[in-house]
Amino acid sequence: MMIKKNVATSDSGFIFNPATGDSFSANPMAAEIISLLKQGDSSASIKKIILEKYEVESGQLEKDWDDFMLQLRDANLIES
Amino acid sequence: MQKLRYERPVIQKMNAGLMNKFGTRTEYEPVKQIDGVAVKAIIEQYGSPVFVISERSIRRTYQDAVRAFKTRYPKVQFAWSYKTNYINAVCNVFHQEGSWAEVVSGFEYNKALGNGVPGNKIIFNGPEKTNEELKQAIENESLIHIDHFDELYQLIDICEHTSKKPRVAIRVNMDTGIYPMWDRFGFNYENGSAWNALTKIVASGKLQLTGLHCHIGTYMLSSEAYAVAAKKLISLAQDCKTKLDTTILYLDLGGGFPSANTLRGAYLPASDTNPSLEEFAEAITNTILNAGFKTDELPLLILETGRALIDEAGYLLGTVLANKRLSDGRRATIMDFGVNIMFTSFWYEHKISPAQDFTHHTEDMVLYGPLCMNIDVVRETINLPLLNRGDHVVVHRVGAYNMTQWMQFIQMRPNVVMIDEKGNTHLIREAESLPYIEQLEKMPGHLAQFTL
Repeated sequence: MMIKKNVATSDSGFIFNPATGDSFSANPMAAEIISLLKQGDSSASIKKIILEKYEVESGQLEKDWDDFMLQLRDANLIES
Repeated sequence: MQKLRYERPVIQKMNAGLMNKFGTRTEYEPVKQIDGVAVKAIIEQYGSPVFVISERSIRRTYQDAVRAFKTRYPKVQFAWSYKTNYINAVCNVFHQEGSWAEVVSGFEYNKALGNGVPGNKIIFNGPEKTNEELKQAIENESLIHIDHFDELYQLIDICEHTSKKPRVAIRVNMDTGIYPMWDRFGFNYENGSAWNALTKIVASGKLQLTGLHCHIGTYMLSSEAYAVAAKKLISLAQDCKTKLDTTILYLDLGGGFPSANTLRGAYLPASDTNPSLEEFAEAITNTILNAGFKTDELPLLILETGRALIDEAGYLLGTVLANKRLSDGRRATIMDFGVNIMFTSFWYEHKISPAQDFTHHTEDMVLYGPLCMNIDVVRETINLPLLNRGDHVVVHRVGAYNMTQWMQFIQMRPNVVMIDEKGNTHLIREAESLPYIEQLEKMPGHLAQFTL
């Protein structure tokens, strides 16, 4: 899963897609995941980081991860 | 190492362009308690979903309404509209406050009697009254409000066989400038039906014509319409006095005052647009006071306000069952309550608050109920914090009509709890059970068994 190369992100959670002109705001969790995805981390390693760092069950994270990927796809932010 | 608090990841598209200057804010404050009782504790004790009624709120709203009218007019009587919420405990709060009963069926009539309301303080409205029900009402000296000529002749016929002279009024429908005009109930003012009915009542010699009644609509957003209604009733009352030598003792202006719920499709929230009860009181009482009645002949003003007195006091507590994403990317949240117990979802954009702390991140979502039916939509669109399975919400202003129009459909109806003025909770209607639902069913013998 790769964030499109030209998508600009900021630490505060602002996302801009110059290809479409759309901008988004991300909550801190989403901003962190996007930043890790941009670094090229794999889904598995990002999930591992989150499970270690945050108070969340793996089942819950799995559900939320799938939903988040749907959001990114709908927003046209990831490579197809 | 202490782990950090998790919130599910979410992105929101930022919309450029004109902002809605009337946009309402997201509910930033969680509602964790009602009248000092924790929402969580109520759900733990009584389950979810659960209706909660605040006794304190009923009494305060009622007293405010009475004050609005009594400070403007000397003779005012409220009659609790049973159809709005006829759970006995709710009715009795109103009766303790001094309210009579206004009923629209034999079933409601007997409920009021059962609650201890004296028969002569029950107003019997509605288009269906059986001979037995009318006889009972005559015996109890109730105020019978005649809806149509067939009922008038039915009543005269019953009086052939009784020495009692029932106290009656007619319901009058009229053009008050409001659309739609509720002309299906009562006798029309403009075409002369109302006057015709009044003359027939007096001419019969068997009925005591004591009042005039109207109920011009529901969720009325114009106080001026009530002034028009009062004016037309007064003109009938004055004609009764001069032409029929009959004094009208009371004018019943019915109900129809709105609550603070926002109607579906409304551009602005109800709190910004709906007239206050004071405005309605001002319009009605000014019209009567300026009509030329002698001070000692001022008619009693009866009000059958329902919704405006009980909506605010009712809450529905519920729980998130699931989250999902729809094909068009919208978030959908499924709650454990739906249109089966919240009929008013068809009318209002109910205010819904989360019942636990959350961050400032929110998302637009559709709120669905638990029914396996496409119509089960609680809110078409609402902006709420990131709700998770198991989170609780509080739906506001559900006191009117939901606990009478609710359906036993797919799910059973839940507990109803009242919080008294000291903060104690009381179960006032028990959740339904399978034996309760099935107790009226009968199984034909040949269908009792089968083999699969």
